[in-house]
Amino acid sequence: MELTLSDDQQFFCDTTRRFLATECPIAQVRALASADAGFEPGYWRQGGELGWTSLLVPESAGGGSVSGSGVIDLTIVADAFGRHVAPGPLLPTNVVAATLGRDGSGAHADVLAGLLAGDTVATWCGAEHALGEGATRATRTADGYRLSGVSTPVEAAAQSQSFLVTARLDDKDPAEGGLGPLVQFLLPAGSDGVTVEPLASLDVVRRFARVEFADVRVPASAVVAGDAPVADDVEQQLLHALVIQAATLVGAAERVFEFTVEWAFDRYSFGRPLASYQALKHRFADMKMWLEASHALTSALAREIQDGAEGVHETASVTKAYVGHHLTELLHDCIQMHGGIGLTTDHDLHLYLRRVVTERSSFGTPADHRRRVAVLAAGAAA
Amino acid sequence: MSAASPAADGAMESVESFVARAEAWLPDHLPLADTTRMENGFGSDEEELANVARMRATQRTLYDAGFAGICFPAEYGGLGLTLAHQKAFDEVSAPYDMPTLINIPTFVPCGAVLLEFGTEEQKRRHIPAMLRGEELWMQFLSEPSGGSDVAGAMTTAVRDGDEWVVNGSKVWTTGAWWSDYGLCLLRTNWEVPKHRGLSVFIIKIRQPDIEVQRIEMINGSREFCQEFMTDLRISDRDRVGDVDDGWTVGRRWMFHERIAMGGGSPYTSGKPPSHGAGATGRDHLLELARETGQLDDPLALDLVGEARTLRRAASELSARVGEGIVAGAMPDTAAAIGRLMSGVVNERIRTIGADLAGSSVVAWADDDPAALFGVEFLMRQSGSIAGGTLEMARNNISERVLGMPRERTLDKDVPFRDVPKGPPAAGGETR
Repeated sequence: MELTLSDDQQFFCDTTRRFLATECPIAQVRALASADAGFEPGYWRQGGELGWTSLLVPESAGGGSVSGSGVIDLTIVADAFGRHVAPGPLLPTNVVAATLGRDGSGAHADVLAGLLAGDTVATWCGAEHALGEGATRATRTADGYRLSGVSTPVEAAAQSQSFLVTARLDDKDPAEGGLGPLVQFLLPAGSDGVTVEPLASLDVVRRFARVEFADVRVPASAVVAGDAPVADDVEQQLLHALVIQAATLVGAAERVFEFTVEWAFDRYSFGRPLASYQALKHRFADMKMWLEASHALTSALAREIQDGAEGVHETASVTKAYVGHHLTELLHDCIQMHGGIGLTTDHDLHLYLRRVVTERSSFGTPADHRRRVAVLAAGAAA
Repeated sequence: MSAASPAADGAMESVESFVARAEAWLPDHLPLADTTRMENGFGSDEEELANVARMRATQRTLYDAGFAGICFPAEYGGLGLTLAHQKAFDEVSAPYDMPTLINIPTFVPCGAVLLEFGTEEQKRRHIPAMLRGEELWMQFLSEPSGGSDVAGAMTTAVRDGDEWVVNGSKVWTTGAWWSDYGLCLLRTNWEVPKHRGLSVFIIKIRQPDIEVQRIEMINGSREFCQEFMTDLRISDRDRVGDVDDGWTVGRRWMFHERIAMGGGSPYTSGKPPSHGAGATGRDHLLELARETGQLDDPLALDLVGEARTLRRAASELSARVGEGIVAGAMPDTAAAIGRLMSGVVNERIRTIGADLAGSSVVAWADDDPAALFGVEFLMRQSGSIAGGTLEMARNNISERVLGMPRERTLDKDVPFRDVPKGPPAAGGETR
């Protein structure tokens, strides 16, 4: 996160953290683990009132940010979500809200209004396309499209009222070599032919599902048409997902680092605190370095997305590669520092580890993004 | 002064105006950097001396045009501008052949230490000369027996009226054979604990009572020197800081060095080539992968991407730490975080270079794109030892940033004369 926040941002940060500490302490996170949805509708509505889903949406579309830099403001929320292992579909709802907010047509204004208020939830099917791996296909029909394919894992699919689906049009002549452009639809949950199959998942309060589209009839009115070509929209969605992930990872890892440092002072072995052993102090020094570098990259990424900077895609992949890898190492190291207790579900560490691994391994692993960095650089240098 | 500041009314020139002037001036006055040279390039002595001469001349050119010493005070020949001016200038000057070798150690830590602790006379005598490229400074800090225990210096200065008599040896001094001055940490009192018996002096290098020997390193470089000082007499006017209070100076000295190595010092100017990779600089590893036909190999892409990731992370971290310290959001000791990062990143990048180069690290033709990646790999640890080892950086972070207990030592509160200097002799005597 940014080293220095404006007064407004600091107030927003404090409010968000205080709300999560009060409404969703770790004990509540544990209790929600066995609840179906993983979060309470009332809690999400209050989050909507606090602005959790409005930050990437322009004021003209009903949104608004704290500082004028909505991406940076959103990292404040994501960081707090990481610190508290908070429940709720922060990532998918913001990705969808940002997309609908960019869509100047107003065709989906009612859905957007529901997301901004926290009354409804939406999710993002088709992140695979953002990484060039999507297999969902759409075919034009007389009155719209037919949609087929699978998207997995999709966060909060069973809790969502709307799905933003990315598909590749297969209307391009195969003889011309290749497939058509990307298209995005906003589908209501429960559309005929859409099957949501819940999956087992690592994070205790976030729910994921496999979503299958079997010959789904999609009316032309479901198309989401941003001002920019859809491929650019999909790229923008990935950028938003990656910066939310990075900030969540930083918040979670920083909180774990804090209580592990405290533990190192409190825990005595052989008559000395753990914090006095050079072998362990050096590992803490490495962790501090990873953490500060992760903060620095996440801030840089948030600023570049906000500014639409050239090179932002490489920055995004650099950030995911570094933060995803090193902060997962940090979590595992903190478990090592705790010894056996760190491997139990009695300790809170595993709640954080589950969140961190979830962010690390979705929307591209560190290895995926390292290769993407090289491919982008090779393309730019060619 | 061919391009005097337009802000002649005393108001500080804006960053935009300063950068605009630099952008207009640079293309006509500095050549582009030769990015085909490997990092840590080295050549014959003649080439090295020619390089040093060119560096001095370029520095003078920058000085005359009003682009030298951006954050140094105006009364000592600098421009008295801000870190933002310096950072902006670093960006626009990155493609050019900047004399960045003068950054460390002449400007930082030596110039920075003189600014903080030097007498008015010392500052007026040396800092403008540094900024004009007339004085190149080196650090007479490490000693053959010292390692990371810098405060355990045994090279001694004994007072004799208005002079001091110096005996002993300093080592690992980069380029002492072509430099002008050394900032030197000396033992002035053996009867007090080690940190309380040190003083700092300015030493003119090229004189009869100093013998400079060169050391050959693994990569063939003969940059490092060892200096032997025998009954060398220096004036008390060349003392920096109070007698026996050299550690106060030394701590700031090492702070300035760490923050400069992490890339966050206000007193440096221009980016060294190794920090340039990315937006403007060359990515040697990407080029190697391309030239050796590895760009369709997922493992090679992973390695190239990892190296770029680490470089960018190091650069963003150093910016954050630099800004954090200036803004008071981080303690000065956080400079060690950037120092640690640059060391571990260099190590990993050189390992990646060796892996991408394959068997060419073993034997190579002159035109082999992988030539010298093996030699660079042999030198992998250089950036993890020079400027204080990574282990010291880790101690600094854990003890001074995180506040963890100090390591136990046997020299605390013991007169330095009585501190063990080697393994006990048979019978248990320590000296």
